[in-house]
Amino acid sequence: MNVRDFFETMDYGPAPEDASEALAWIDSHGGKFGLFIDGDWTKPNKLFPTKNPATGKALAKVSQATKPQINTAVKAARAAQGSWAKDSKHRARVLYALARLIQKQSRLFAVLETLDNGKPIRESRDIDIPLVARHFYYHAGLAQLMDQELPDREALGVCGQIVPWNFPLLMLAWKIAPALAMGNTVVLKPAEYTSLTALLFADLSRQAGVPPGVLNIVTGDGAVGELITAHPEIDKIAFTGSTEVGRIIRRATAGSGKSLTLELGGKSPYIVFDDADMDSALEGLVDAIWFNQGQVCCAGSRLLLQEGIAEDFIRHLKARMDKLRIGDPLDKCIDVGAVVDPIQLKTIRKLVDSSAGEVYHAATEVPKKGCFYPPTLITGLTTSDKLMQEEVFGPVLASTTFRTPGEAVELANNTRYGLAATLWTENVNLALDIAPKLAAGVVWVNATNLFDAAAGFGGVRESGFGREGGWEGLLGYTRAKGNARSIELLKPNEAPVSGGEPVDQIDRTAKLYVGGKQSRPDGGYSRAIWSRRGQLLGHVGVANRKDVRNAVEAMNAADGWSKTTGHLRAQILYYLGENLSARADEFAARIDSMTGKRGGGAEVEASVDRLFTWAAWADKHDGRAKGVPIRGIALAMNEPVGKIAAFAPDDSALLGPVSLIGSALAMGNRITLVASEPYPLAATDLYQVLETSDIPGGVVNILTGSHTELAPQIAGHMDVDAVWGFSSSDLSAVIEREAAGNLKRTWVNNGKSHDWTKAASQAFLPAATEVKTIWVPYGE
Amino acid sequence: MELDLDLIRALQANTSAIERRAATLPGRRSVKKEFQAAWLLRAVTMIDLTTLSGDDTKGRVRRLCAKAANPIRPEILKAMDMSPVTVGAVCVYHDMIETAVQALQGTGIPVAAVSTGFPAGLSPFKLRVAEISESVKAGAGEIDIVISRRHVLTGNWQALYDEMRTFREACGEAHVKAILATGELGTLRNVARASWVCMMAGADFIKTSTGKESVNATLPVSLVMTRAIRAYHETTGYRVGYKPAGGISKAKDAVTYLTLIKDELGDRWLNPDLFRFGASSLMGDIERQLEHFATGRYSAAYRHAIG
Repeated sequence: MNVRDFFETMDYGPAPEDASEALAWIDSHGGKFGLFIDGDWTKPNKLFPTKNPATGKALAKVSQATKPQINTAVKAARAAQGSWAKDSKHRARVLYALARLIQKQSRLFAVLETLDNGKPIRESRDIDIPLVARHFYYHAGLAQLMDQELPDREALGVCGQIVPWNFPLLMLAWKIAPALAMGNTVVLKPAEYTSLTALLFADLSRQAGVPPGVLNIVTGDGAVGELITAHPEIDKIAFTGSTEVGRIIRRATAGSGKSLTLELGGKSPYIVFDDADMDSALEGLVDAIWFNQGQVCCAGSRLLLQEGIAEDFIRHLKARMDKLRIGDPLDKCIDVGAVVDPIQLKTIRKLVDSSAGEVYHAATEVPKKGCFYPPTLITGLTTSDKLMQEEVFGPVLASTTFRTPGEAVELANNTRYGLAATLWTENVNLALDIAPKLAAGVVWVNATNLFDAAAGFGGVRESGFGREGGWEGLLGYTRAKGNARSIELLKPNEAPVSGGEPVDQIDRTAKLYVGGKQSRPDGGYSRAIWSRRGQLLGHVGVANRKDVRNAVEAMNAADGWSKTTGHLRAQILYYLGENLSARADEFAARIDSMTGKRGGGAEVEASVDRLFTWAAWADKHDGRAKGVPIRGIALAMNEPVGKIAAFAPDDSALLGPVSLIGSALAMGNRITLVASEPYPLAATDLYQVLETSDIPGGVVNILTGSHTELAPQIAGHMDVDAVWGFSSSDLSAVIEREAAGNLKRTWVNNGKSHDWTKAASQAFLPAATEVKTIWVPYGE
Repeated sequence: MELDLDLIRALQANTSAIERRAATLPGRRSVKKEFQAAWLLRAVTMIDLTTLSGDDTKGRVRRLCAKAANPIRPEILKAMDMSPVTVGAVCVYHDMIETAVQALQGTGIPVAAVSTGFPAGLSPFKLRVAEISESVKAGAGEIDIVISRRHVLTGNWQALYDEMRTFREACGEAHVKAILATGELGTLRNVARASWVCMMAGADFIKTSTGKESVNATLPVSLVMTRAIRAYHETTGYRVGYKPAGGISKAKDAVTYLTLIKDELGDRWLNPDLFRFGASSLMGDIERQLEHFATGRYSAAYRHAIG
């Protein structure tokens, strides 16, 4: 074959990227790598091969980290953290140097990534590596600004970070850049399939002046990950990977006091309305599900087509699929590369083969050797099919249709996941109506898979919690300054040995408050509440799991609250404050009678003030328009978390509940509050105030009962979005462990006291909201 | 086909998505070595070698025609074991048709004439139509007409359709290329709509620009126009050609355009009857690249005959 022949065929021909520099770097380490600990390499041991999935050949051998080595790494990170945290301007310079280093060695990183992971060189070269550099640039800036802009925040300490194999270096950057910027030190484990770019990064990091111990890279399989998550000297775990492993980590770290962020799986909808630019939506789909062989947590893997255009769209989609070029990832003319490992390939095959739908494989040549799987479309599925629900993590698209925008939202949200969503329409009204309704951390309008360091990325539901990128990403790597005291269990006043007459002869029985009504506890049990001096103050119901269920149902029915305007919520919270104030004396007396102290008057006054504070915030927690490097905007919208269940503090009978209810309601959440166990009567007295303050039924529900008995029921409820635990009972572990079921967000006190005299809006606002990033490119 | 206004009005073109796709195109495809040489040679066969200057003379046009017939130095062709190739056409103003036809006699290279009050298209309609007939009579095998941009800008699709129909009829046997002057149409949606109307009215080719607008052929515009061509083919079974003109001066750009055509329309369109480059300086860069391929050394402009 020569020019003359190619002149006739007009074939693309091979266009391989030269891998020799990357291979030479591997050789320079003798083809064997130790761990990178305290600024130096350990002796390679317990080696396992890392392979090129396109050929199946081993590229290098990598060490399986041992327990003593992890200890050494954590110790080094701990030792380095203090001085690293001191000077944010110095950190800015180091991060800037890292950004420059990535740019200077961009091709080396790109080629090595493609060799190790199998993704097309175009993607590693044009997408992964530039985004890595961008992440370090952006966070160099955040380090520079930290002293000035975040004066009340400080580093968490040592971060244990575990990243996946689909974007090895990019996920490393997402983890390391914010951690280092905020003054943390890091022990990071790359995925066992793809360790090499992390090792190259470690190797070169010294040239950027990263001090020894600040960055430690430990390689190995899940066992190493377990060592990290279980390590008592690690303050924070950041994990990106499967929902299954995320759940294990949530359980493993429960009650440890470790901060945790999880970026997990997805089954992200890709919605095409009938007025969309079809050709562009088609190309977007290529970038949604065949980008990185579909091994993308936010891959648009569920295609939802408006019925009228479905047939046409599918026909064009098949034609487009046939044009995809699959093969050697180092070839610059390849669209789809190799799946990361034979095990992953097997998983994909199994899932597709088990499908009841009509399977279409792209009529494109697939290399016989290596880990390749053709772009695949499955049609004729309904929502109940496994492939519509479960993440494939491969180049497999499942498709179904919808009739109306409302149905599109319903189908889109019919999933346990909530990572990303894409929608295509030329109608700005439709786009801006639908985007906020989608249960997802990221929404792309007329685009897909756009990423930037300035725009937060992360999920809701079982796609995890926490954001990476932007100011909001720093929350996961900092904490409020100051030390909290330990909390002591506050027991109810004891029943008197004799006597026990009621204070008031007219019985006032506090029931539970569910759905705007006072209802008897399901179990039919009540508990007496005694004053300090042994007088009977009243009875409260003992709520059980059924009452929890009813309260959650009531919150569901009150979903209209989350759609109200901040202005309306502010008015209602002011009104609540006004009505509470009108009964100030009564509440003050009640508090004093329970506590036996004289602080009731001040607490009521503070509570009224607290409601005014949250009323003030209701219409002021503004989102941001992010300066992303496209022509368009990325809107960071603060959305309500949804349904929050909160264990009120035991020692703050009124101010505690009011703070929790106020913050939750201000941000548009519905809340079920479990009242102080020893002093529940101030919360139950609130029923009448709530009833007279125009708060719709179900928006606030109040239960009384045993915190320890209710904690697993509430934290384990699959339809609760967040649990806050401020009880003096030791609930933190059980809440975090049980929350793993649906990976709901948790905010627990870890046995530390909270200062209720302060509004702490900077803590409550992010807890009561989820940042949704909506990308809206524009231009006509 | 008849003008289908429902179809025209339903057309969409999302500019930012199209621009993003266009921006990644050069990175998605790469053609190397023998393949690249072959592609560049193929590009040569699809160039409309063009001179449209007020100072054109017979001598200038004859020189251009000579280049059109022998665009690549023989030893370079020999090094690639290739037979001689010629360019797709020579493109001139009406007054130069006769000279060009004579100069190209026996080469099989058609003469294309720009027409209908090129480049603005604002001379009296009757004269614009008459100009076509004159050019056809003078021996032009291809007529590049300019559309009335104002019909697009005011959404008067019927007027655009009627105008194009009249031009089409005036061309008779000659091929007609409709120049949309995309740089003056304001939006990509308008480009899509104008493309469709001209195809419905019988254009053999749709062409981006006169080369005289401030913005000429671009990849986003090309995506819109080729997608329109593909959809028109699906709808009618009729293949319309595409001619990006102006602004394509590098061999690398030419390859990117060919990959766009190959991927969006298919190999059938990689032939001079369905694709042309309207370019004058592109030829020189391709020659230098081909010499580099043949010798392994970078070339200089003066080593190749000017057109």
